[in-house]
Amino acid sequence: MKHNGRFGDFGGFYVPEVLIPALEEIEQAFDRFRDDAQFKAELNELYANYAGRPSPLYFAKRFSEYAGFKVYIKREDLLHGGAHKINNTLGQGLLAKYMGKKKLIAETGAGQHGLATATVGALFGMETKIFMGSIDVERQSLNVHKMKLLGAEVIPVSGGTCTLKDAINDALRYWTAHVDDTFYLFGTAGGPHPYPTIVKYFQSPIGVEARQQCLKQIGRLPDIVTACVGGGSNAIGIFSAFIADKDVKLVGVEGGGKGIPTGQHCATLCVGTVGILHGARTYLLQDENGQVHETECISAGLDYPGVGPEHSYLKDIGRAHYVNVTDEAVLDTFLLFSRLEGILPALESTHALAWVVSQKGKLPADTTVVVNLSGRGDKDIGIVEQHRPLNK
Amino acid sequence: MESYRNIFGKLNRAALIPFFVIGDPDKKTSLELVKTAIDAGADILELGIPFSDPVADGPTVQKADIRALHAGMTPKKALDFVGKITAYKSIPIGLLVYYNLINHYGVEKFFMDFKAVGGTSVLVADVSIDNADEIAPLAQKAGLETVFMATPNASQERLKRIADKTTGFIYTVSLLGTTGERSSLSAAVKPLVAKLKKLTDKPVCVGFGISSAEHAAAVASAEADGVIIGSRIVKFIEDNPGRPDVMKQQIADFIRSVRQALEQVHR
Repeated sequence: MKHNGRFGDFGGFYVPEVLIPALEEIEQAFDRFRDDAQFKAELNELYANYAGRPSPLYFAKRFSEYAGFKVYIKREDLLHGGAHKINNTLGQGLLAKYMGKKKLIAETGAGQHGLATATVGALFGMETKIFMGSIDVERQSLNVHKMKLLGAEVIPVSGGTCTLKDAINDALRYWTAHVDDTFYLFGTAGGPHPYPTIVKYFQSPIGVEARQQCLKQIGRLPDIVTACVGGGSNAIGIFSAFIADKDVKLVGVEGGGKGIPTGQHCATLCVGTVGILHGARTYLLQDENGQVHETECISAGLDYPGVGPEHSYLKDIGRAHYVNVTDEAVLDTFLLFSRLEGILPALESTHALAWVVSQKGKLPADTTVVVNLSGRGDKDIGIVEQHRPLNK
Repeated sequence: MESYRNIFGKLNRAALIPFFVIGDPDKKTSLELVKTAIDAGADILELGIPFSDPVADGPTVQKADIRALHAGMTPKKALDFVGKITAYKSIPIGLLVYYNLINHYGVEKFFMDFKAVGGTSVLVADVSIDNADEIAPLAQKAGLETVFMATPNASQERLKRIADKTTGFIYTVSLLGTTGERSSLSAAVKPLVAKLKKLTDKPVCVGFGISSAEHAAAVASAEADGVIIGSRIVKFIEDNPGRPDVMKQQIADFIRSVRQALEQVHR
């Protein structure tokens, strides 16, 4: 590898030998094409006219009145496919195309990344296989159906905990045997180098746009930028543009599940310890022997016991702060926000909104907060109905 | 304990190296099965500590990891297990482990403790030669040999670096992919072994996908110094839940048949 893929002491590429040449090939291609004029023009054209970039920055007036300070919403939920995931899959899919790969594989938790990968698979005419934990296949059946409609094959993964981490394990395994013609389109800003860097790069338009929009619409930078963190791709996407702005506080919101004391959560940065999983040195939820925990969270997209290594770094140097909110708070906020703003937020993104709600009465009225609304909540209405039935 | 180089040097055939997940399906049965393998003719043992996320392994070994974890195996107990094996017979033991487990235990302490119970070498499945400096000096300090993997898709330059970092044997992966049984042996084995033999005088062993006496003999004919058989053996455990005697019988028969096949391929 040309670069070591480190963020401080975090990151790296701790993978079986067989994967090294494949990662090297991707690193090389990324280094070559990221500054290639034709590649950039094609990607920007896709971002604008296929995905719908730039996404709006919307002043949520009624939600702001409720919270007692100003809340702006970065509307990634309005992108094609209904989530920020399309930014990354268009980028990596195009990279795969430029590399001459014919097939795509991807892991998915909530199904959003799988859906976004199936979308570009169809767009670029590439055979696509999506690895998905069997529990997630069940709880996100609508997305499974959509992926199939788009022509992707969905492979339920039943090893281990049957969720995202096991989908990653199986996708990595499949990749080791098919590296010749297959590109592994990794969904989050985690995993082995060069993925954390690549995913950040393709998600960075969120932050670049949001920063410009703040300057233009508000006339200044926000006080706080917040986003949910599972693997952390939407968060690093929006944080990246503000990291150099020392006065902008960055808040990552993790899944507190049933509450930290219950152990049933996925708040990796809040209570995890440093270890090595899926190729990266990063914070993990693990037991006293170094076995990786099962996690629990109402939103499948956050249900991951690791986290992107750059978030581990931002935490340790104190540049970003990581907090968590419970499932219950998320459900309450989902209903609140839907009714105040006419927007159904994805349960993942609702974590960031729920943190905002938790700050009600604690922040001065002139505080400006930007929330990355990373996805739309249509996929989650079944889960919300289970917990907060309308006819009760 | 003798160095691998001496052990391979003394055999006039390829070494038989069965692989087990420590504690599969439970500690007591696992101990009996490994002893059975020794008695049936294993020359060296490759033992794995079960991990929650074994990405280098295929479904068969992953299931073995899950069985062993459910039965309560831990890195500490695994070291105790190795001690019981070396007390039973002085046989070289190579350990296959994932980085997170030893990182959590403390890499240096883990290597010292493994050496203390009679271990010979370590292979960290998710540490390639690019990160060898994180483990190799500590292994050598503890008196352990290092084992690194070499794959058919590695460049000549990389194979050279792998050979340089290896003090024990080079674990050659016979095909791209994870561990697991295959119906036919990859055509990549012979050229890769030949390539490595030209580059280095370090012993070269072949693993991944070797599931019959015929495969083993073919690997031996390709001039490999050792044959590592994992998933085929682990499968005998998976296929006979609750019947340790049947597991023992099948493993003993299989290892004897492989040993016989290897003895017919002289060097």
